[in-house]
Amino acid sequence: MTFDLKIDEPHPEHRADGLAQGVLEQDNDRPDGWLKVAGTATYAAEEQADDMLHGFLVRAPKIGAVSCPNVDDVRAMEGVRSVLRDPRMIRNAAQGTANEAPAQGVDRAAYVGQPVALVVAESFEQARHAAQALVVSVEEEDKPVQPDAVEPEKPEDKSTELGDLDRAMSEAAFTVDAVYTTPSMVSAAMEPHAATAHWDGETLTLRGSLQMLKFNRNELADSVGLDPKHVRVLAPYVGGGFGSKLGISADCVAAALAAMELKQPVRVVQHRRNVFEVNTRRSETRQHIRLAADTEGRLTGLGHEALVSNLPEEEFSEPVIQGSHFAYAASNRTLGMKVARIHRSAAGSVRAPGESVGVTAFEVAMDELAQAAGVDPVNLRLRNIPEKDPESGKPFSSHRLEAALRQGADAFGWSHRHAAPRQQREGEWWIGTGMAAAFRVNMVIEAEARISLTRDGATVMSDMTDIGTGSYAIFGQIAAELLGLPLDRIDAQLGDTRFPPGSGSGGSFGAASTGTAVWLAGMEIRKQIADRLGCSEAELTLKDGKATYANKRASLRDLLSDEPITGHGHVEPGEAAEKVRQATFGAHFAEVAVSDVTGEVCVRRMLGSFAAGRILNPRTATSQCHGGMTWGIGMALTEELTHDRRDGHAVNRDLAGYHLPVNADVPPLEVHFVEELDDWAGPMQAKGIGELGICGAGASILNAVYNACGARVRDMPATPDRVLAALPS
Amino acid sequence: MKPFDYQRPDTLSGAHGAARDGATFIAGGTNLIDLMKLEVMAPDTLIDISRLGLDRIVPHGDGLHVGATVTNSDLAADMRIRRDYPVLARALLAGASGQLRNKATTGGNLLQRTRCPYFYDTATPCNKRSPGSGCAALGGEMRNHAVLGTSEHCVALHPSDMAVAMRALDVTVEVEGADGTRSETALDDFYRLPGDRPDQETTLDAGDLITGVILPAPFGGRQTYRKVRDRASYAFALVSVAATVRMENDRISNVALAFGGIGTRPWRDPDVEDLLTGETPTTALFEKAGDILMKDAVLREGLEFKDTLVRRLLTATLTEMTQ
Ligand SMILES: Cc1cc2nc3c(=O)[nH]c(=O)nc-3n(C[C@H](O)[C@H](O)[C@H](O)COP(=O)(O)OP(=O)(O)OC[C@H]3O[C@@H](n4cnc5c(N)ncnc54)[C@H](O)[C@@H]3O)c2cc1C
Ligand code: SF4
Repeated sequence: MTFDLKIDEPHPEHRADGLAQGVLEQDNDRPDGWLKVAGTATYAAEEQADDMLHGFLVRAPKIGAVSCPNVDDVRAMEGVRSVLRDPRMIRNAAQGTANEAPAQGVDRAAYVGQPVALVVAESFEQARHAAQALVVSVEEEDKPVQPDAVEPEKPEDKSTELGDLDRAMSEAAFTVDAVYTTPSMVSAAMEPHAATAHWDGETLTLRGSLQMLKFNRNELADSVGLDPKHVRVLAPYVGGGFGSKLGISADCVAAALAAMELKQPVRVVQHRRNVFEVNTRRSETRQHIRLAADTEGRLTGLGHEALVSNLPEEEFSEPVIQGSHFAYAASNRTLGMKVARIHRSAAGSVRAPGESVGVTAFEVAMDELAQAAGVDPVNLRLRNIPEKDPESGKPFSSHRLEAALRQGADAFGWSHRHAAPRQQREGEWWIGTGMAAAFRVNMVIEAEARISLTRDGATVMSDMTDIGTGSYAIFGQIAAELLGLPLDRIDAQLGDTRFPPGSGSGGSFGAASTGTAVWLAGMEIRKQIADRLGCSEAELTLKDGKATYANKRASLRDLLSDEPITGHGHVEPGEAAEKVRQATFGAHFAEVAVSDVTGEVCVRRMLGSFAAGRILNPRTATSQCHGGMTWGIGMALTEELTHDRRDGHAVNRDLAGYHLPVNADVPPLEVHFVEELDDWAGPMQAKGIGELGICGAGASILNAVYNACGARVRDMPATPDRVLAALPS
Repeated sequence: MKPFDYQRPDTLSGAHGAARDGATFIAGGTNLIDLMKLEVMAPDTLIDISRLGLDRIVPHGDGLHVGATVTNSDLAADMRIRRDYPVLARALLAGASGQLRNKATTGGNLLQRTRCPYFYDTATPCNKRSPGSGCAALGGEMRNHAVLGTSEHCVALHPSDMAVAMRALDVTVEVEGADGTRSETALDDFYRLPGDRPDQETTLDAGDLITGVILPAPFGGRQTYRKVRDRASYAFALVSVAATVRMENDRISNVALAFGGIGTRPWRDPDVEDLLTGETPTTALFEKAGDILMKDAVLREGLEFKDTLVRRLLTATLTEMTQ
């Protein structure tokens, strides 16, 4: 039976606190952890089949009309089984939740790097060698590749104009008016995109590396022209996604087409260099930020206008200003977006789209204001916390920024800080500290899950993925808590479209959305057990495999027949989103050392204090925050995908050239959670945590750089040359 | 990757016997295999030199002979290197990552190819990869490129850290030709400037095998290697300096300075050292040394920062070492 819930109202009854098993909110191991460490969790490219063929994607070297004059020669090469140039091959990965095929075709390359053929051979090496031998001639078209080379689109629905910002700026006691830039960035997940496709004449089975299977199945079906009924997608283990695996990717569609043509299993693994250009990047941004404040630093006006880019036909635009709509009070507001249509690789969701770069730039601007107004940066944020959503006037579902700021500042020792820059030095190193607030919208999306309870234990099923975040662990905990079972009697089975459609992993909504579906499924089973015991669900206690009601006590084994009890949970977003503004909040603190000689920055410690509702598992939640804070280091200091100025291609498209922070860049990271139960977040009062950790993290570092040495870097990343250029002489 | 034959001789003469047109030696493979995957290099035979007994570090006169297949990790950890040639140990440890250093060898490190991204991208022209095709870096994205020793045909950096320290240490490269004749070349004469043939990087002839590197008697004095990079590990140098300095009566009596990140080969300029030798250390002197070092630098767009950075690094390093 199904328990349907539309989140229209708050859930003030905190049922999770009254349950008996005591495993929710506990620091539990991930059941998949050992498998992954031992190498027995198989990833998409590790799928085996005796007659497996191997495909290698061929990229367009230029923008324009494509032809392959020596296709026949390549087809005749040793081991080669096919050279696919199928119009159904996709131009780039689909956007998250697209639910249909993205732009397709191989005859015209819209960007350098677009896949224009798939070479299939008996071995990977043969396929790769033949792919290299395939001549791709391009009748070059002159297309813009620089965001400022075109007149940008201005989507009206993405702007806000309230009051008169120009006037507020001219009347303000203190102002900031500056431009900040961030470069293209990529997800760079550890597992490259890969797919293995099987075709039995009727059904296409695809083992992929994907985040959102219910959408991916439809995207794949639509791309290759099959009824989704005949498509099954599996992704039980995914080695990171960070947005780049939200939509169906080029390897999947190409592998499927090849398997259908050759009637043999085909594996396509994107080479690391494909990964950097075939999947969506985060757009570069140019952000004009204006702040107007009174003598106390209270904002009277704020402006946040951003220019981003994308390929023609891509609907996504990096929602840079998303956090600025609700972060701070100010009655005069100008927020707007511009999108330049250019021919770099497609832009899409990467690690907290919007706030990760938008909040980061904005929080640097806030630091500039704190400096100008002579107000402590923490106090400046405290003074500007809005009472209700500053644009819609809706109340906040819960707002714990103040607690996050105060608790974080205490734990970090913020009060010992020198307010002025260039006060502390160790040899050639300037030492300084900085902070930033963190904001991230919270979303729930539709999700379903099923639990089947037998005498031996329970199985949780959903097509939800675990991309390294801890879904297996959390869903097991939720089911165990509701059903009163020890964790080792729960088996979570994920990542298969044969299971009920979950939310997929993305936008930090996975744990709370699919988790709520699991919760509802568990509730449904509790009701059925209660019926058997003759009580109401709320009167029932389930613990360690035993059901208790008043003086009745029975073991689940006895209560169950051979037939399992199943419960189906289904959650949908409802009117809550109309009634309240919901978000997660936090505060970042960082200490850095900056070399006065070379401009190198060394992050010495970071502390994050986060409010994200009920924390379902502190270990997996902390890991998410560690990841986010590490990305903050990357954004502030090291990461930049460089585009060639002439044709826009990604120049540094490997892990040696694209500088993610390595261990030596990452200091001890401390994570604190602020107690919060957000009743509007559903029956578990839990919100998303995955992306909050990155939002603003980089700003705390850049602000610390300023506090250390007086260099205000507004163009990220703050590489040594940029720091040197900004260093006061 | 193009199909290839693989041979693993046990003797030097076996290695020479296998060396013919189209054959390439492979040591740690950390650079070669990447280039083969991309078909930037496409040898039809690989001669694995790991079993030739070239993996020892032995005394050689007052110095040391380092076999060509001694790994970067082993060399950096060797007590004699750490004690007598600390600049070398530091440079090695500043390079690549632990895993790579475990595989990378002394000979392979000297001969590693540039990291110019266009060199690795067979979709773009590159005179080093295919002579005469042009240079995609010029007019493109230049950040990890050279400002000294460049030509209109190539501006690629030599990326090694180890070789920079070795240049400051005046090492000699020991080579055996395909016919078994042994020769020694000072590292100063080993690398060519790109000129109009950037594909010809060293003075080695086809089939020449590096058998080892000879370190002269320990220099003593103070030694350091300092590398500025975009992240704390696993990144090539933006600029680096290897320095050895001896002081007498508060004057610089002997100095060697070699630089990474600025030159098309590990860079050393005798004029800089001449200026400094015999002088009392002052900031003004070091700044003048910077002027001399950079007098012929061509600061193409994107590379201007190297001028500032190398001067600051030079001054700071010499200040520290002469205090
Ligand atoms: C991601 C990455 C980061 C790196 N970072 C750094 C860094 O920061 N600093 C740094 O200095 N280096 C760095 N390196 C480069 C690394 O040091 C070199 O790849 C390594 O030293 C090459 O040694 P090898 O033994 O693996 O050479 P191979 O790859 O085996 O060979 C390289 C070349 O030398 C030739 N060769 C090898 N030995 C001999 C010999 N005895 N005689 C004649 N020819 C020979 C081969 O034919 C080939 O052409 C990095 C490499 C990678 C992949
Ligand atoms: S700089 Fe040298 S290596 Fe780089 S593209 Fe030009 S010729 Fe090739």
